[in-house]
Amino acid sequence: MRLSDLPRGTDAVIDAVDDPGNADPVAQRLRELGFVPGEAVRVVATAPMGGDPIAVRIGFTRFALRRTEAERVSVHTVKEQE
Amino acid sequence: MTTLNIALVGNPNCGKTALFNLLTGSRQKVANYAGATVERKEGWFTTAGGRRVRLLDLPGAYSLNATSPDEAVTRDVCAGTYRGETAPDLLVCVADATNLRLHLRFVLEMRAIGRPVLLALNMIDAARRNGMEIDLPRLQAELGMPVVATVGVRRNGACDLLAELDGPLPPVPAPLPPGTDLHAMVRGILADCVTHASPLSDRIEERLDRWVLHPVWGPLLLVVLLFFMFQAVFAWAQPLMDGIDAGMGMLGQAVGQMLPPGVIRSLIVDGIIAGAGSVVTFLPQILILFLWILVLEESGYLPRAAFLLDRFMSVAGLSGRSFIPLLSSFACAVPGIMATRTIQNPRDRLITILIAPLMTCSARLPVYTLLIGAFIPHRSIAGFLNLQGLVLFVLYAIGIGSALLVARVLRWRDTDRQEATLLMELPAYRLPNPRDLALGLWERARIFLVRVGTTIVSLTVLLWGLSSFPPPPAGAPGPAIDWSLAGRIGHLMLPVFAPLGFNWQICVALIPGLAAREVAVGALATVYSLGSGTDTDQAASQLGQMLPTHWSLATALSLLAWYVYAPQCVATLAVIRRETLSWSVVGLAAGYLFALAYAAAFLTYHIALMF
Repeated sequence: MRLSDLPRGTDAVIDAVDDPGNADPVAQRLRELGFVPGEAVRVVATAPMGGDPIAVRIGFTRFALRRTEAERVSVHTVKEQE
Repeated sequence: MTTLNIALVGNPNCGKTALFNLLTGSRQKVANYAGATVERKEGWFTTAGGRRVRLLDLPGAYSLNATSPDEAVTRDVCAGTYRGETAPDLLVCVADATNLRLHLRFVLEMRAIGRPVLLALNMIDAARRNGMEIDLPRLQAELGMPVVATVGVRRNGACDLLAELDGPLPPVPAPLPPGTDLHAMVRGILADCVTHASPLSDRIEERLDRWVLHPVWGPLLLVVLLFFMFQAVFAWAQPLMDGIDAGMGMLGQAVGQMLPPGVIRSLIVDGIIAGAGSVVTFLPQILILFLWILVLEESGYLPRAAFLLDRFMSVAGLSGRSFIPLLSSFACAVPGIMATRTIQNPRDRLITILIAPLMTCSARLPVYTLLIGAFIPHRSIAGFLNLQGLVLFVLYAIGIGSALLVARVLRWRDTDRQEATLLMELPAYRLPNPRDLALGLWERARIFLVRVGTTIVSLTVLLWGLSSFPPPPAGAPGPAIDWSLAGRIGHLMLPVFAPLGFNWQICVALIPGLAAREVAVGALATVYSLGSGTDTDQAASQLGQMLPTHWSLATALSLLAWYVYAPQCVATLAVIRRETLSWSVVGLAAGYLFALAYAAAFLTYHIALMF
């Protein structure tokens, strides 16, 4: 499942960050900001007027990103794993 | 001993600037990097051991793999390859102790540079309060560099760092083998050196964000904050402004009595005191506006506002990132346009630059204040709203609405739709530190007063000269200014501006307003004070009471509409040229703003005449 599809308040773990093209700068920056496999992530807020962008918490840091950006991150929910 | 060159590096929001302010106090200089428009902050201090240190506060960066001009400057200065910059002797890397998972990655990247590196573990007090325990000796060993704990917001918060600087430089850390997974390494280091208790501040953040980022309460809070910001600018500043105004009036009178009547007295009283004085009066308003923006910025609220407004901005084809430069433009379009550097997408950046002048800058405030004070009755609506404040709010709203429309129109012609990116950190909430606020405000006040002292005084003196010479022939009827050069220029411009309801005095005031918008107020004061004959001091200090007898309400509203759009600011046009390196963008900006200003003033005047 994609981070962009993760419901608010659900705990998930990152599986991968995919580059839609070659050497995608957004994917690269996401990885530098700590979106790496194994990190716990959670959607903490969705914006007014349509729920885009979203705010996610990863570690102790919060980031705002648009759903198109979040689509690059694949995650699985913690429940899914059990 | 030679001066030690230190560069302060770190992630955005690591408290680097607070540490910089703590170390250097007011001994700092803000300028630009040669050949770039990235802000360059430099400061000086001396350690207890007598070592002179030159400290450079580099722009915050997440990675040496730069994605913005800011990050490129940081990368190049660290590497010592930036032209015109001395290569630093020591890199002091600042990391927020409460956010090591993110910040340590960049610290590890610094090992590749090949310069001595020292880690300042900042906000260590907050980390300890949260029940975090950090094993400093072990962290030092695993990172391969000296580590000191600092608290940027406490008076003695940098004593360990200062003590370290008195010693010999740390050795250059060994570079990591290529292809090292920095995240995995950070995770390993954290597991070894840090014991977490429950992160208290994280829970506070969570609770605050639940309200601040809420789909309904969040935007409501934002509107309330912005609304009070403008009410405060109008209401709270008034007593201070009245005080300065009265002081200037008294000064003019005192000087007027000391000097014999003649050219010199007219120059000093009508030219300098009346002109510059009426501009200085607006210092309290400008400072209150900057204080609000600084507080919103320091507290960590601004990026959250950008989050809330992203969808709204995307209607105009922009991202929430454009919000911060646009909000700064309410203070002044120059720093606002410079702040667009943080927008990675070039097209987004260009559009943000083009619409930034539509945000009502503080230099327009003196004109608005004067006209609103003179023509809009001081009345309260629904018990708590002030009609004057409401009109001011509407003027700001018109500027914002027009900006969105213009952005939308500019987007229309775009064929290749590049993906707009938002991706930004929402930093931890912080109580703004009084010292950082004071230094930030002092910087603004200084810039404003220097402008008054140089540009504005010379322009008002020039205008005084134009309006005083040549003197009318003996026994000529009418006020003296009618015969002067300024009077003639004003009359020449009149055919163009008469359809807007402007009289020739307004036309005269528009000319120096080109160099700095707020001069228009001083210019009107000068023109009317010279035109009114003997009663000079009073005319300057009572411009507001005098205007309604000279202008109709339609003229005043038309001038207000003109000022919402008018591209009358050479500094803004110059910074657009510098940021885009293109004269055609400057031409486009000036052209469309002039056309909008003319159209808006024309419509306003003729609609107002119908009532």
